[in-house]
Amino acid sequence: MQAFTQLSGIVAPLDRPNVDTDAIIPKQYLKSIKRTGFGPNLFDDWRYLDAGEPGQDHSQRALNPEFVLNQSRYQDTQILLGRDNFGCGSSREHAVWAFMDYGIRVIIAPSFADIFFNNSFNNGLLPIVLDEATVDGLFDEVEAQPGYQLTVDLEAKCITTPSGREIAFDVDEYRRYRLLNGLDDIGLTLQHADAIKAYEAQRQKTAPWLFS
Amino acid sequence: MAKTLYDKLWEQHVVRVNDDGTALLYIDRHLVHEVTSPQAFEGLRLAGRELWRRESIVAVPDHNVPTTDRDQAIADPVSRLQVETLNDNASDFNLTFFKMNDVRQGIVHVIGPEQGATLPGMTIVCGDSHTSTHGAMGALAFGIGTSQVEHVMATQTLVMQKSKNMRVTIEGSVGAGVTAKDIVLAIIGEIGTAGGTGYTIEFAGQGIRDLSMEGRMTVCNMAIEGGARAGIIAVDEKTIDYFKGRPFAPKGEQWERAVEAWRDLKSDEGAVFDREIVIQGRGIAPQVTWGTSPEMVVPVSDRVPNPAEAGDEVKASGMQKALDYMGLTAGTPIEEIAVDKVFIGSCTNSRIEDLRAAAEVAKGRKVAGNIALAMVVPGSGLVKKQAEEEGLDTVFLEAGFEWREPGCSMCLAMNADRLEPGERCASTSNRNFESRQGLNGRTHLVSPAMAAAAAVTGHFTDVRQLTAQEA
Ligand code: SF4
Repeated sequence: MQAFTQLSGIVAPLDRPNVDTDAIIPKQYLKSIKRTGFGPNLFDDWRYLDAGEPGQDHSQRALNPEFVLNQSRYQDTQILLGRDNFGCGSSREHAVWAFMDYGIRVIIAPSFADIFFNNSFNNGLLPIVLDEATVDGLFDEVEAQPGYQLTVDLEAKCITTPSGREIAFDVDEYRRYRLLNGLDDIGLTLQHADAIKAYEAQRQKTAPWLFS
Repeated sequence: MAKTLYDKLWEQHVVRVNDDGTALLYIDRHLVHEVTSPQAFEGLRLAGRELWRRESIVAVPDHNVPTTDRDQAIADPVSRLQVETLNDNASDFNLTFFKMNDVRQGIVHVIGPEQGATLPGMTIVCGDSHTSTHGAMGALAFGIGTSQVEHVMATQTLVMQKSKNMRVTIEGSVGAGVTAKDIVLAIIGEIGTAGGTGYTIEFAGQGIRDLSMEGRMTVCNMAIEGGARAGIIAVDEKTIDYFKGRPFAPKGEQWERAVEAWRDLKSDEGAVFDREIVIQGRGIAPQVTWGTSPEMVVPVSDRVPNPAEAGDEVKASGMQKALDYMGLTAGTPIEEIAVDKVFIGSCTNSRIEDLRAAAEVAKGRKVAGNIALAMVVPGSGLVKKQAEEEGLDTVFLEAGFEWREPGCSMCLAMNADRLEPGERCASTSNRNFESRQGLNGRTHLVSPAMAAAAAVTGHFTDVRQLTAQEA
């Protein structure tokens, strides 16, 4: 997993609630058996004017000028500002892979759907929950100021705005530790292999039908 | 202390508690399909890791498989590669596997219970959000991402944070013609699509107890559309009867022991829930979604709502966006909305009871002239076989429906079954998101009986009027 420590980058506002993972990466791209290459198809239905298919040269397709990430001021976006229930719907981790591949490493929203939230941490994408009023404020600032950037510091659990205002955020300690160090969850869990085996031995006695 | 069903299931599966309060949770059953597993298998190989417990895995292709011409190779080369990759992984890792043309093949959430591979009291995961379905049998079942799929493969566990407890009680029975789908759509309409975020929802009350196991699966299936990763329902005699004699269910003395344990799978009297919702069963009518989120739902007798009356700016603009996408005008009676296609299928509503309910409406009627395609896609090869034994295929075919091979099909349109831009569909699936059923397609979620009613009348119709004529 890619480690995350600190990032300063362009912020783009995606002003709609319930952004679902079908919208983040449409189903036709889920046929890939790889983890990479999803970036050009991030938000495919919203981003392009034509219908996209896997294997196309996406750089030749007509862009939808209305879509936020296509606007010149939001080129090189690394931080996305979203609304409630971000990442709802399908469990597809391809949604997170698409953000990573595109170059977005942080998403800030008032709330995230559970599975997407988990998937993000497992890939080095940092989802940050801030209260509604703070998110509203950030939307106003981003829209008012071209080139708006935020600095996100995971070590300090702090976001800094261009005016120097600091916004603290909360993140689960275990996840923060893993993300800061780019640690593989499986390796950490396997340190407890004996505990897992002991559990299995015990459980086999009380619920043997689960092991037959 | 009195415990909720969720508390019990959780406690039975904790391997260890980490310093930060998260737990390592043991996973009993791992269901695998072709879309979310290839990268996990690849990850295992790259790291030189083995499966922790091969026997815990049941694999099946469902998302990509065609619903016609199954004797031919899959036409789409990308889909074919993905299905073949699952075939290869299943044979390399020696998994229990139902290949495409096995009669036991079907949608992963239909075949799990059908085979008795998912049982009460288990923790069940799958790289698929609708894994919540299996909670209907008193199991803790939830969807996971591909990294977690790999984690479970390698360790048989997940690092989890315990969620909060919510109980949704349907007080009293629902009326005739009102189904499990209507109940769960009404619940989502009430709590919203994020209402269950961070909770495990236990569905309870007379309206839930009355349901068959199939109906309960429909309800738990859509817990995720209410934001909850898991939905659960207490075990009762219906649950136990359902599993008796299923291929993977315990036998003999093991069965007796299992049943004894399962009888405790209910919330204790006096257990405390962090949030309680009570809905009167008799107040629930057949539901139709009008927008692009499952919470955008109204009773069929209602009208398309007006954003101006939302009373909140963000909400109103969301509603207007949805209306624009759906090509609908506020105030239009739902029953005046004509549809182009009808899809009866998906892990929400493709079990035998669903097909019976739709066939009952279709029987002796014809698909209306304005319907371009009405299709029935059974949830599994065994559901299909049983339906054919009951003559349901003939009922559908005579009415003008297509009768297809099992799979996810037009629920997400990864195979050839899809909506064309602008087409409007009455669908028994679970998501009405933009372009879910095909680019710029328009989805209205309904029950199987309501979908059949829309097929034979050409527009949304309160199915109770059709069935009342017969009575
Ligand atoms: S039927 Fe639809 S919701 Fe269910 S598993 Fe298949 S694609 Fe997912």
